[in-house]
Amino acid sequence: MMFDINKPFRDPVVINAEIEKIQSYSGRPLAIMEVCGTHTMAVMRYGIRDLLPANVRLISGPGCPVCVTGTSYIDAACYIAKMPNTIIATFGDLIRVPGSSTSLTQMRMQGADIRTVYSPLDCIKLCTDNPDKIVVFLAVGFETTIPVTALTILKMYEMLINNFVMLTAHKTMPAALNALANDKEIKIDGLILPGHVSAIIGTNFYSEFCARTGIPGAVTGFEPADILASILSIMRHCNGEIAGVDNLYSRVVKKDGNIHALAVIDEVYEPCDAVWRGIGNIPGSGLKLRKKYDHHDAEIRLNLPTFTDDENTPCRCGEVLRGKITPADCPLYAESCTPENPIGACMVSSEGACAAYYRYKRESK
Amino acid sequence: MDKVITLSHGNGGRLTWELITNIFVRHFGRQTVGANDAAELILDNNEIAFTTDSFVISPIFFPGGNIGKLAVCGTVNDLVCGGAVPAYLSCGFIIEEGFSIEKLDEIVESMAKTAAECYIKIVAGDTKIVPHGKADGIFINTSGIGIMCDDFRPNPACITPGDTIIITGTIGDHGCAVMLARESFNFKADIISDCAPMVSVVNDLAASGLQINAMRDPTRGGIATTLNELAAQSNTGMILREDDIPVKNEIRGFCELLGLDPLYLANEGKLIIICPRNVANEVLQVLCNNKYSQQAAIIGSVTNEPAGKVLLQTVTGKRILDMQTIEQTPRIC
Repeated sequence: MMFDINKPFRDPVVINAEIEKIQSYSGRPLAIMEVCGTHTMAVMRYGIRDLLPANVRLISGPGCPVCVTGTSYIDAACYIAKMPNTIIATFGDLIRVPGSSTSLTQMRMQGADIRTVYSPLDCIKLCTDNPDKIVVFLAVGFETTIPVTALTILKMYEMLINNFVMLTAHKTMPAALNALANDKEIKIDGLILPGHVSAIIGTNFYSEFCARTGIPGAVTGFEPADILASILSIMRHCNGEIAGVDNLYSRVVKKDGNIHALAVIDEVYEPCDAVWRGIGNIPGSGLKLRKKYDHHDAEIRLNLPTFTDDENTPCRCGEVLRGKITPADCPLYAESCTPENPIGACMVSSEGACAAYYRYKRESK
Repeated sequence: MDKVITLSHGNGGRLTWELITNIFVRHFGRQTVGANDAAELILDNNEIAFTTDSFVISPIFFPGGNIGKLAVCGTVNDLVCGGAVPAYLSCGFIIEEGFSIEKLDEIVESMAKTAAECYIKIVAGDTKIVPHGKADGIFINTSGIGIMCDDFRPNPACITPGDTIIITGTIGDHGCAVMLARESFNFKADIISDCAPMVSVVNDLAASGLQINAMRDPTRGGIATTLNELAAQSNTGMILREDDIPVKNEIRGFCELLGLDPLYLANEGKLIIICPRNVANEVLQVLCNNKYSQQAAIIGSVTNEPAGKVLLQTVTGKRILDMQTIEQTPRIC
């Protein structure tokens, strides 16, 4: 039998001891943000909100890449889908995200060639199998996904593959955290920091961020004991202990991150401004291809028109993404906006706060 | 834009049920009262069960089986879940121009082998060939007739609060094996589909004389969706203990990597069995002696409340386990 590395992090004895400590918390009221979508899902899956004392609140953050992808990006992808001799390759979630008037699902039903891939590297075969078509990969995601899209660009470049372009909307977590810390309308006492992203970027940024903003954080994994431990860590840092960052996910996350992956990212991309759905423009929070790789840049190669972001919708995703409201506060939630018929992006991705709330409804509700 | 059929209408979850209710039942009506997948009918004083299923799986060959074996197992398993003894099968083939005859031979050979194992005869068939590009290699439909037993009639209506819920083995094997077999997946893992006929398992249960209140094969939508169906049909609640549900470590790892939930992955050689608590251990004993159900486990129980819903007891508390609504897609992050 294979050793299950996660087993100790599901141990009821450990978990119950943590829950007991959390429930006896008597410090100042805390609003703790779980930044990452996978954490949001795990929090809902294990019902962790229900275990917290009244003076501790968990709020969901902007860490679901599909959710923060702007309508202009989806509109550009739909525009490309209509072009002749084009294959769109994308991760599954993105297909269902509504743009300003249509979605890739609808484009596919109308005959567009849209393929779901599990890795952007699958595009190499798509390109060689379809030499008379242009393959467009929709590159969204945070630092977890970025190294492999960068690697794909390097491979395509090396292999002199001509019929591959990428429409990039990558976003970086540090810039988003800075924007959240600067937002006067949001009060965050502590951050549960993303596990997967941190495996790439390491923890150095968080230490600097914490020293600058005074907001403590804990990098953690996705098992119940991981998440509870991160809440305890933040409680300690907010009460007495000097604000700091604990790395509770050292089984995966190292201080300097994955140096090789960071080098690949830097070779291929440079920072740019990026629009986050529901949040707006965050300077320096995006990545675009360096000039050397213009040949693989969809915007340049396909001569795309400019698309603007349409936020004229009753959907309150933006406030959900900034932790200002919970999904249930949105009038559309579970009424006209459901996983089968999503209006906002947060209801599309399984990692989206609205979808996670919807799927893991608690017994009491 | 007109409402159109989406892939989610075919996933066995909520949209499939809406389609069945709003279109098929609205026009066809409900001609039988049975609550099992196979219709229970009376023909000339003989009680029979009748069912049909179509198979459009991609890839056509996968570790542990192929579309042909699946087409026999799927229909046979629907028959046995209501307590019928499978007797006859028909098969319809829709084949795309250009399909390899050698592959067809292999598919049909495995159908024959599986049918022989279940003592079922394939007695009628049809073949249609469509132009290249109008089908995905091969589609198979099978219909099956079985004879109802007098004294073995599992039926969701018999589910009673206090009953025990058993699964006949590890979950998610088929869904996972098929996902892995897809060309675009560059994973290496030793995961084999559980695709198997459940005839001998059900025969053993029937022969034991133990009371079985309901059985169902948790295919599309996984055990979460099937248990929701059973809870709704019997108007009972169900509670599962997450730790007791058998999942292979490889499958757990695969699911965690991709952000999938094994509770929603398809199974093609498993049964959910619901029986009175006082016979549960004996039922488990019978199951553990059959090669197709050696890893059977008690995973939960039937309750009064919340009626029509399934709860999952995790290490941190209880939560509602919903039906599948949309396809699970791997996370991006």
